[in-house]
Formats: sequence, structure tokens, C-alpha cells
Amino acid sequence: MSQLADAFGTTAFDASGSSFSHLLRRIDPTAVGDGGEARGVDAVEGTTIVALTFENGVIMAGDRRATAGNIISKRDMRKVFPADEWSAVGISGAAGPAMEMAKIFATELEHYQKIEGFPLSLEGKANKLSQMIRANLGMAMQGFVVVPLFAGYDPRGLVARIYEFDAAGGRYEERRFATTGSGGRDARGSMKARYEEGLERERAIDMAIEALWDAADEDSATGGPDLVRGIYPLVAVIDPDGYTELEDEQVAARVETVISSRRR
Amino acid sequence: MAMMPYVSPEQVMKDRADYARKGISRGRSVVAVTYAAGILFVAENPSATLHKVSEIYDRIGFAAVGRYNEFESLRRQGIRLADVTGYQYAREDVSGRSLANAYASALGAAFTEGSKPFEVELLVAEITPFEIELYHILYDGSITDEQGFVAIGGNAESVTAALRENHEDHLDLDAALRLGRDALSAASENGAVPPERLEVAGLDRERGRRKFFRLSEEAVAAATGVAGETSG
Repeated sequence: MSQLADAFGTTAFDASGSSFSHLLRRIDPTAVGDGGEARGVDAVEGTTIVALTFENGVIMAGDRRATAGNIISKRDMRKVFPADEWSAVGISGAAGPAMEMAKIFATELEHYQKIEGFPLSLEGKANKLSQMIRANLGMAMQGFVVVPLFAGYDPRGLVARIYEFDAAGGRYEERRFATTGSGGRDARGSMKARYEEGLERERAIDMAIEALWDAADEDSATGGPDLVRGIYPLVAVIDPDGYTELEDEQVAARVETVISSRRR
Repeated sequence: MAMMPYVSPEQVMKDRADYARKGISRGRSVVAVTYAAGILFVAENPSATLHKVSEIYDRIGFAAVGRYNEFESLRRQGIRLADVTGYQYAREDVSGRSLANAYASALGAAFTEGSKPFEVELLVAEITPFEIELYHILYDGSITDEQGFVAIGGNAESVTAALRENHEDHLDLDAALRLGRDALSAASENGAVPPERLEVAGLDRERGRRKFFRLSEEAVAAATGVAGETSG
């Protein structure tokens, strides 16, 4: 098996055998981990992500703004990604390492599923992400902090869960709602006042959009809906049918409702 | 000093080939059949969990016969190679041809240099919007690309003969499944292969990013029209 085996090494009882990120670290150490000295660089940052559970699933939504210092560097950035068929990862913090982490994480989940023939459990996915954040600690110490939010539906246990993280890889399970990013505090306050158990899907979508609106209202790094350019928050729903994203027109209509309720 | 008796290289290769072929011929067959939406693999496999057919990447599928532990390890290596390539370049840069070549050189190296050759035969299929590439890799690393259909494993010759007789272009899924099942059954000494002994999976170009699918035992039973019936 020389060619394949030399390049990728194999031992039957190597616990990293199903892990893509371990494999990557072995063959390309620069792809994961320390980035060296990088102080004083205005890295592009992504901002607010919100997630909340509803009666039979979970919603994750993110604004579309990326900033570098006090410059708006991108107006239509994607910060919510499908991690697999049943989960989503939202990223805030240094955009480069965060997007890379989301990409490796999605590959990780698919890799595991293909190798083992069945998907990781929801908790297993969250733990894996927490390890990846911890591996980024060196970068975080230099200012490239990545703080994702992870939400998923467990088709075996029929429950939806949200996982929050801190920059050191701490992992916190949340059953109701969670936020991350610079506008996270304001978004959290917004949802705290309105959240109730067993929300309907549509009501929960409105609540997510409203929370992002409140964040954009208070935090300059969070972008509100851009009616001029037609750029709206990205809203993902994960329920028994799996991961779906709302069409722009659907989000636009919900945004319109939310705005008009606030107009005076 | 003990002298090694002289054995000609021809004899060494022949012995190794015989050894590998003997191992492979003990196993049951797998067929690959192209159909309207892509390619279908039908395997005779008494196990519901130890698969012979599996997904490698978005558009690439894998099927194998022979020694399970050997092809399982080759399958894992293939997934690793594909996932790393797709990560380092782009998803569309992962090709069935380069994977098939990696397998061919790994099997070839083990055949000529290793202490024993792999007792496996592999199929690698890649589906694109317009065509299907189907590579057949033998235990000695030789590689051929096949058109339309192919059978590998114990009774490959008689299964292929049955396929050749009945294969048409643009079969629908059920017809392709029945063709595969009938070809396997024709070569089996126990007659028709029951659905619970069939592993059916394939690549369907109508699907999203990941083209691979696997049919459940119920779906196989329904498609082959033998639901509820148990034949020996």
C-alpha cells in the first residue's frame, strides 16, 4: 500500500483514524494551529450570530458585516455555514481563521461519517469543535480569536441543542438561546425578553431577525438589513428535515414585518 | 551458507497472481451497472453492516471484493486522500482517475515488492454531468476503464456474461437493480439472491453535492418485487 500509506500513515488502533483534522495536522502542520507573530494587524472580523431553539428544531442567524478596525470590509459575508446535514456553525471573530475552522470542521464531520459509516453524535460534534478552538489558542493569544456558535438537531434523540464556546475551547450546552460576537450581548438581551418554550417556527425566525436588528442598533460592527443593496441576514433552520436556509425573499419579508413593527 | 534455490521472476509473479486470484475467487461478486441517472453497484453481501460499496467523495464511489480487512483499509486511505486533496485545492479537483491511479500503484507495489499481494479487486466510479468513468483495478495494480457494466469477484466471468446479454443504455433504477440481481443470481449456486443478501448503492447525478446513495433492504425488496418472500 506504499504510496497511500506512506503519505497518510495508518495504524488500526490509532484513535485519530477517523479524524480529518488530526490527519491534516500530520501531513500539513501549517494548515492548523499557530500563525506566528501577528500583532498590530487589523484582521477582518465577523460579528453577530444568534441561535435559538423552537418547538421542533433550532434556528441560527447571522448578520452579513465584516469589519477591519473601524472599516466595513465586507457587506455580504457569510458567517453561518452548514456543518453537515443536521447542524450549523456560525463564526465570529477573526474571519480568516474562523472560516478555515468552519471548513475543516465540515470536512471533519463528513470524513468521520464516510470512514465510520455513521455520523458523529451531536455532542461528539460539539466536542470536536471545542478541541479545534483549543488548538487555535496560540492564534487567539495573538489576537485572532475565533468564537463559533454551534447548533444542531439530533435525529436519534429528536432534540435540538445549541453549544456556546469561549476562546479557550470551553464548551457550554444551551437549550434555549445563545449568541456570539460583538453584538451578542445586545442580541441576547433582545431574545431574553421575548423567548419562550415551544416557539413556533415562524415566530422563532422573527425573533432571530429582531435580535440581529437590536444588535445592529447598538453595535457598530454588526450590520443591519441593507435595504438599498438587498442584503439580508442569513437564516438557517435545522429541524427533522435537516439543514435549510431561508431564501433572500423570505428573509426580506420577515425583515419588513420586524421593521414595520418598530416604525413610528 | 545456505543457498536460496533459483526461482525465475516469471514463476514468482505467477505464484503471486495465483495466490491473489485464489483469495479473490472465494468471495462473492459485485456488479456495477450504468443506468439513466448514473451508476448502480449491486453486491451479494450477507452482512448488512460490513459494506463492499461505499462513498469516497462527492462524485466518487468505491466497490471491492476479496479480503475485507484489506479493501476496508484501502477504502479508508482513499477517503483520506480525497478529503485532503479537496481541502488543499478545491472539491472539484478530486478526481476518480487520480484515486484509481493511487490504488493501482499501491496494489502494484505490494504485488511486486511486498511479502504478499493484496487479495482484492476494486472498482472506482466517478460521475460527471455528461459521463461516467469506471475504473477496474486488479490485485497486481493493472487498471482498465470499463464501459456500461462490469463484474468483479468470484464468479466474475459468468456474471459478466449475464450482464452482457441483458444490459441496455438508460435503464431506470429498478431495471438496473434487477439486471444486477439477476446477473448475480445466474452465477450463484443457490439460485436467486434474496434482498437481504444484496447490498445496493450508487451514484445519482440528480442528487446534490454528494451523489452517493444507499438503498435500504426494504427498497431493494420493493424494487426487485420479492417483498416478504424468502428464498433460499
